[in-house]
Amino acid sequence: MTSEPLLVADQLTKSFGPTTALERASVQIMAGEVVAVMGPSGSGKSTLLHCLAGIVAPDSGQVRYQGRDIGAMSDTARSALRRGEFGFVFQFGQLVPELTCLENVALPLRLNRLGRRAAERRAAEWLARLEVSEVAGKRPGEISGGQGQRVAVARALVTAPKVIFADEPTGALDSLNGERVMRLLTDAARQTGAAVVLVTHEARVAAYSDREVVVRDGRTRGMELAA
Amino acid sequence: MSIGQTILGLLEAGPRHGYDLKRAYDERFSHSRPLHFGQVYATLSRLLKNGLVEIDAVEPGEGPERKRYAITTAGVTDVQQWLSQPERPDLYLQNTLYTKVVLALLTGRSATDLLDIQRAEHLRMMRELTRRKAGGDLADQLICDHALFHLEADLRWLELTAARLDDLVSEVTA
Repeated sequence: MTSEPLLVADQLTKSFGPTTALERASVQIMAGEVVAVMGPSGSGKSTLLHCLAGIVAPDSGQVRYQGRDIGAMSDTARSALRRGEFGFVFQFGQLVPELTCLENVALPLRLNRLGRRAAERRAAEWLARLEVSEVAGKRPGEISGGQGQRVAVARALVTAPKVIFADEPTGALDSLNGERVMRLLTDAARQTGAAVVLVTHEARVAAYSDREVVVRDGRTRGMELAA
Repeated sequence: MSIGQTILGLLEAGPRHGYDLKRAYDERFSHSRPLHFGQVYATLSRLLKNGLVEIDAVEPGEGPERKRYAITTAGVTDVQQWLSQPERPDLYLQNTLYTKVVLALLTGRSATDLLDIQRAEHLRMMRELTRRKAGGDLADQLICDHALFHLEADLRWLELTAARLDDLVSEVTA
């Protein structure tokens, strides 16, 4: 089977002051696959994720999404891409503390101009799918870390993104809650056909992926190309 | 652990007598359980029969003749194959892996490649267990978790060793 990659990082180099975070790092993500980006702390794996997601611009090299150079897009087009096609899950859910969990999940839909009732109906469906309906009316400060991450996963998936970027999504959770989040995240992504770029230093988390890319000293090592 | 391939790997540095091989083996790889001389000579005679080593010199001594063994091209290929094949992960894997890492460094091969290949093999098995866990009952999950945690510990060792390769190079080649 030959199909075009959904997302490509081609020879990315990125420095922060004197520190080189990425050095000619390359990776290809196919539609619907779950790819773990692994490596020791400071290896550049989060920078690679941020470049792939168009959050950080590389100094050189190119990121292409569906064949389009993300770096050549206007800020508005890039923001629209992130809002419409990408979903994000971070180590600490980064939910808006003033909103209820239901409103948090509905927020990306509201930003995409969907009406309140429709947005909240779809948000409620995703909360149920992530087995966390009971926290719909609560604020993030009133729920556990594991519940918060499941709400964050629901928020990442609610817009039916093509790619979900997850940066250490279980980093702040115990083993049991971490596994639950990973199972729900990868099950939901596989059911909806979303690709997942999963940054983790934990092998048991990476074991939920289809394949891994190893980053060391800013370079990607082997197996970065889809088979 | 394969004594044969380890001895072959040691011979790659140059021809040696059986006694020297045993001493080098014990020193590097087997502090707590030294090889018996019988094991060394039985292994060497098997390697000789299989064309992986040859007699480099025979020196007359006071007792029996002392034979010096050298690795053949087929022997080098055999070591190469062994080092490039991932080990089947198990609980006591580290000794074999450690030996492979040291031998790779001693023979000028890439220990980083070896560690990468092994990491991929461990992760492949962890994925299998994770899939099995997802479809299994609680007993299955517990059994899989037990194996997963052990494999994860191996992987941590692999990462730590990868981070320490530069130090290890200077130690083993000193």
